[in-house]
Amino acid sequence: MREQRAESKEQRAKDTDKKRLGFVLRPVIIALWLALLFLPFRGIKDALILFVTLSILLFIFRALSGYAKTLTEKFNVIRQSVSSGLETVYARPKTPRFVAYLLLLGFILSVPFFAKDYFIDVLILAGIYVILAQGLNVVVGFAGLLNLGFVAFYAIGAYSYALLNTKMGLGFWSALPLSVVLASFSGFLLAVPALRLKGDYLAIVTLGFGEIVRLVLNNWDSVTKGPNGIGGIEPPYLFATPLGGLSYYYYFILAFVALTVFMVRRVYKSRTGRAWVAIREDEIASSSIGINTTAYKLYAFAFGAFWAGAAGALFAAKMQFVSPESFTFMESVLILSMVILGGLGSIPGVILGAVILVILPEMLREIQLYRMLALGSGLVLLMIFRPQGLFRPGRLSRLAGESRYLMGGKGVSFRS
Amino acid sequence: MYLLEVRDLTKHFGGIRAIEEVRFRVMEGSITSIIGPNGAGKTTLFNCLTGITQPTKGRVSFLDTEITGFRPSSIVKLGIARTFQNIRLFKEMSVFENIMVSQHCRTGAGLFASILRGNAFKKEEKIIEEKALEYLELVGLEDFAETLSWNLPYGSQKRLEIARAIATEPRLMLLDEPTAGMNPQETSEMMELIKKLQELGKTIILIEHDMKVVMGISENIVVLDHGVRIAEGTPGEIRKNPLVIEAYLGKEH
Repeated sequence: MREQRAESKEQRAKDTDKKRLGFVLRPVIIALWLALLFLPFRGIKDALILFVTLSILLFIFRALSGYAKTLTEKFNVIRQSVSSGLETVYARPKTPRFVAYLLLLGFILSVPFFAKDYFIDVLILAGIYVILAQGLNVVVGFAGLLNLGFVAFYAIGAYSYALLNTKMGLGFWSALPLSVVLASFSGFLLAVPALRLKGDYLAIVTLGFGEIVRLVLNNWDSVTKGPNGIGGIEPPYLFATPLGGLSYYYYFILAFVALTVFMVRRVYKSRTGRAWVAIREDEIASSSIGINTTAYKLYAFAFGAFWAGAAGALFAAKMQFVSPESFTFMESVLILSMVILGGLGSIPGVILGAVILVILPEMLREIQLYRMLALGSGLVLLMIFRPQGLFRPGRLSRLAGESRYLMGGKGVSFRS
Repeated sequence: MYLLEVRDLTKHFGGIRAIEEVRFRVMEGSITSIIGPNGAGKTTLFNCLTGITQPTKGRVSFLDTEITGFRPSSIVKLGIARTFQNIRLFKEMSVFENIMVSQHCRTGAGLFASILRGNAFKKEEKIIEEKALEYLELVGLEDFAETLSWNLPYGSQKRLEIARAIATEPRLMLLDEPTAGMNPQETSEMMELIKKLQELGKTIILIEHDMKVVMGISENIVVLDHGVRIAEGTPGEIRKNPLVIEAYLGKEH
């Protein structure tokens, strides 16, 4: 008995030793890895300097974050006692969150009043990518179908508007439904043969589809003008005034983002969304509870492509110019990264992922040559330390929070 | 009246004869057990009945409808539900959501309805929620509604599988080894549950290895060995059948 206890003590000591070692070693390893990445660009001397400074910085950061943890714990105790006191006053524990949302909304709405044109421009692009990423989120995040050629639908949406506008003189509002329908129809067309395949095979087929669309746009000179692209596309008109100004277009995109999030969220928390998630979790089981898996995968493809088409039309209207250059495979990868970074299946997560991956490279412009390197390594680190992405997917049912009351307060939730 | 009729059902995987000309009939409201040594073709039989695999030959009719060749979702809609031997829950969904999604084939809200959220949609959602709670109470999992299904203990996961099958509102339930890996306490609780299902008017076919369960609750037993039906009858008849004894214990030397 005593021996056993001694042994476990030893074990525990070993464990803490290991933890301490990891505490020092981890920052060093991360710094070493980053330094190695930079080595080919700046030579051994700069890499060494980077290594030393980074490991010290990371170590300090870790030490501080450990300290911060104990601080937040203490703070939480205080906050809890305060909030339980407040609860009796307000009887509404959700208030602080509500205020935070209101502040955020205020900030988003007031951006054009203080920001530089450049920043508004970046935000408009971010908005377009949010719509795109939400579309891909439906396919990859909800239904679990890996799509590496999503940019194809974006391209189809953009070119549809470009062609309908420049060749047939259709305005934005009459061309938008057509381009969206065309994009979702092409999603449907791709899905019909592709849905016989699963996982990696599906990914390869979608990748091929993306390339086909880009190559067609690049080579069908008589219609798409090939690599020269199509210029002179009209901006959308609202009440007979063109939305040429940046701040107008900013609000315009914002409205579209809101519409996208609203609709995707509603579909997610419904019979259709639940069926998608069930297919992602287990296809055979979902067919054995009566879900027509083929049909629902088709819906996912078409619904995702619908938003990509809308984003494409918005992009063409914003840039007033489209060329195949904007729709390369790298774009597909970027959109997929947004979804994975934000958290597969999480609507707020994907918004954040898209905004980060548009804004961050712009902010990193100061380090020019290295920005993509820094971004890439940042993504790698994120995937190592938080593979599920920034956010976890939200609950599927309207009941979610309330069911706890329905269940007499006994419900257990493992999702934070 | 016979609810299910299986005629000369055959399934070959390449050269392997998984099941060979199996035939049996199931009375409405009865409990039928399918037994046999490992690899006898029991699960393949279930897969053929539910449309997950297509039989090589033979016919299955349910309620006088020939269902061979139907896709799994249509078969469920007609009223055949199943559970799986190796649990197949929707792991990242809560227990409650598992049951909600299982009412899929009895509900009809489409994409547009869920965006517009009219009264019909809200009413349907409310019914789905109420029924989900009801089914969870039936299997005794109402306290775990908010738990993610992979966090449930093993026995409860098996119960959730059954609840999910009930949620499709079937007339016939195919249970694949519902008591596998359970302790005696859990096994007897599962037997209670199966009897309760019968009282609710469900017809049940189960694959089972635990002879206590098989002899205890089934009215009819079908014995498979190497894909062939070697015997069929009441528990008393099966216990005495020399072919069955041979299949399980081997030939006397």
